[in-house]
This record gives sequence, structure tokens and C-alpha cells, in this order.
Amino acid sequence: MIPIETLVVQVRGLDRTALERWIDAALVRPDGEPGAWRFRDIDVARVRLIVELRQEMRVEERTLPLVLSLLDQLYDARRVLRRLGAGVDEATRARLREVLDVS
Amino acid sequence: MADDPYQVLGVARDATAEQIRRAYRRLAKQYHPDLNPGDKAAEERFKAVSGANEILSDTERRARYDRGEIDASGQERPPPQGAYSGPPPGWRGFAEGREGTRYAHAGAGAASFDEEDLSGLFGQMFGARREGGEMRMRGRDELYALEVAFLDAVQGATRRLTLPDGRTLDVRIPPGSEDGQTLRLRGQGGPGRNGGPAGDALIEIHAAPHPHFRREGNDIHLDLPVTLKEVVLGSKVPVPTPGGTVNLNIPPGSDTGRQLRLRGRGVPAHGGQPAGNLYVTLRVQVGAPDPALEAFLRDWTPEHPADPRREMEGAA
Repeated sequence: MIPIETLVVQVRGLDRTALERWIDAALVRPDGEPGAWRFRDIDVARVRLIVELRQEMRVEERTLPLVLSLLDQLYDARRVLRRLGAGVDEATRARLREVLDVS
Repeated sequence: MADDPYQVLGVARDATAEQIRRAYRRLAKQYHPDLNPGDKAAEERFKAVSGANEILSDTERRARYDRGEIDASGQERPPPQGAYSGPPPGWRGFAEGREGTRYAHAGAGAASFDEEDLSGLFGQMFGARREGGEMRMRGRDELYALEVAFLDAVQGATRRLTLPDGRTLDVRIPPGSEDGQTLRLRGQGGPGRNGGPAGDALIEIHAAPHPHFRREGNDIHLDLPVTLKEVVLGSKVPVPTPGGTVNLNIPPGSDTGRQLRLRGRGVPAHGGQPAGNLYVTLRVQVGAPDPALEAFLRDWTPEHPADPRREMEGAA
């Protein structure tokens, strides 16, 4: 858990005002409260992802919520599938591979 | 292993810095592993693209590569911070894990398509099971009975409860607890399944009776034995109360059965309710035979003779 001051130093190219805007929009969801945010590792990774989207891939700020929303839905689905995969026995897994037509 | 960086980015050897930047952005968007989770080919491709960009975006490095001083594979190393954070721990590493639910699409309390919806979808497809499986489930609430002393329920106390599985729970019994009241200890019940929250422990309070006190709501009643002399002449006597002994004034000429009130000496104030009262009912005890008393009464003529059973005439 790190404060915002540490985070803006740690992530290259991160602008504090922009970060606060992302937090307001709940694109980044740290613990704590305004003025005393605490970022977990997952929040730091999230911020890095957004910085990459904005800077490397030139995703525009107004498109960012849409991109993240689609991405989050994708990962929601993947988490469920992962759990589903872990919860079935080998016979079922083989049958699923058959259904999905993968060997 | 690494291919020629110009080929990887698909640019000419004399491409301008801007052309290289644009090519890199286009390919990064296409192959970024966080945007293509689980796609190994895309991940490999992205690594190659990042590696190529590492060399070609740096004027000095690009010149060294062009001069043959370094080769494309020699540059393969983790990209710098801010450029590319994968493989895990990148965004994927977190988002795929259990804690990824922090950024579940539903967001901060919003109702929307979320993980539970998808679980529900599978539930419909496969027939939901009540228990087990990989469904995230809250643990069961577990009910325990706790016998507490009368005064502990009235005054409040902390009691240690040993559970069947050997765990101990320190249960804070709030003042004014009533017999049969249930306390809820959040998260102290059965463990959740697959990351679900634990259930609650429900503790049912059983207040043992007291040899002298009786409780009625927030009031407490007490029968107080007194002597003939104390009621005839009046006196100040010590009375036990839940909060300790206090002195009670018995007015002269008090009868047996007379009820005296000690305001605020019942159940202490709790949960917005004011303290109850202690009601003391006098019970005259004549005591062992006393010749002097007998002699006095034999010669005594009451000033105001009265028949205490007058009201009962004709009742039988």
C-alpha cells in the first residue's frame, strides 16, 4: 500500500491531476479517501495499464472508460471461466475440450 | 530468435522517428497482452514489437544496430517501467486473480453485468447446485446459546464462548440484554466457499434467574424483608441493587406489601433507553417470639382500631 506521492514517482509519465480524475471516475479504485489514498499492487498495475493505454496507444481520455469497461468485462468472464475450469473433473474437462473442438 | 526490428515493426530502414512511433503504436494496440489475455501468439508478437521499438525508438541504439554493433536478439530484456508491464505481474496477473474483482465491471456498487451474472448464466446452463462447486458462497450462520448470569445480562459483560471447533469467541454482552435476545457476530460463523465471506455467529443469550431480583422490561423488582420495628418507626436500610448497595428510606408506618421506588436503579440506560427503576416491596418479618413484644401488645390498645379484613366481608 503506497500513497499517491509515491505512486506518481513510481509510474513514469503519470500526471497526478489525471490520476485524480481517473479515481473520481472510479477507473482506479484505491483504498482510503480523497487526500489520503492508499494504492495496492493491483491499483498500481491498473494505473500502469491506463498510462499505457493513454500514452503508448494514444487512447483518448474520453474513450478510456469504454475501453476499460470492455476490458473489465472480459476479465470478469475470464475469472469465472477459470474457476469453472478448476471446478470440474478430468472427464468433464475432456468432454468440454470435445465440445469446444480443441485438442 | 528476434527478427530484424524493421521487419517486426513493418517499416523501411530509412523510416523517420515518427513513422516508427506510429507503427509501434498500431502494433502495440493490436497485440498488447493485457488486451489479448490468454493469447500466447499476441503476447510473443507484443514482446517482439516492444523489443524492436526499444531499439528503433532510441536514436543511438538504432545507429548501433544499423552499424551491426548490437543485434536484435541482444536487446531482448524486460522493457522499462511505463512501457509494458506484463507478463504478470502486469494488469493480467492481477485481473485474472481473485482480487481482480476489485475492478469487476459492475464497479462501485453499480448494478450491471458482473461476475455473479455470469455465474448465474452457468447456473442456468448446468442447473444450479445449492452447495459446493466453485460458486462463491457465503458461509452459514451458526447459532450458539450462551448462558449468562442475571446481572451480566443487566449490566453487560464480556464472556468467552468456546466453539465446537475449538475456537474461542469473546462475546460482548451489551447492558440491558434480554433473555432470548440474539447477538450477531459478523464473520464468525461458518467459513465461506471459494472466497465467499464467512457467515455470522448468532449468539442467543439465556439469562439465568436471580434469587432475589425479577426483571420486567427495564425495571427490576425485589422483595425486601424488613422488621416490624423498621416499618413501624421508619428507618434507613441497605438494599442490594444491580449497580451495588444503596440506602432506602422506609417511611414510618409502612405496611407489608408497600412498594417503594428507587428511580434509575433498575436496568442501566442502554441503546437510547433511559435507566429503569428498582421497585422494592416490603415484606415484614415478625421474627422469633419475643416476650417483651408479646407483653406490650397484650396491654396495647390501638389509637385507631381498624379491621384489615373489612373489605373481605361477604366475599365468602
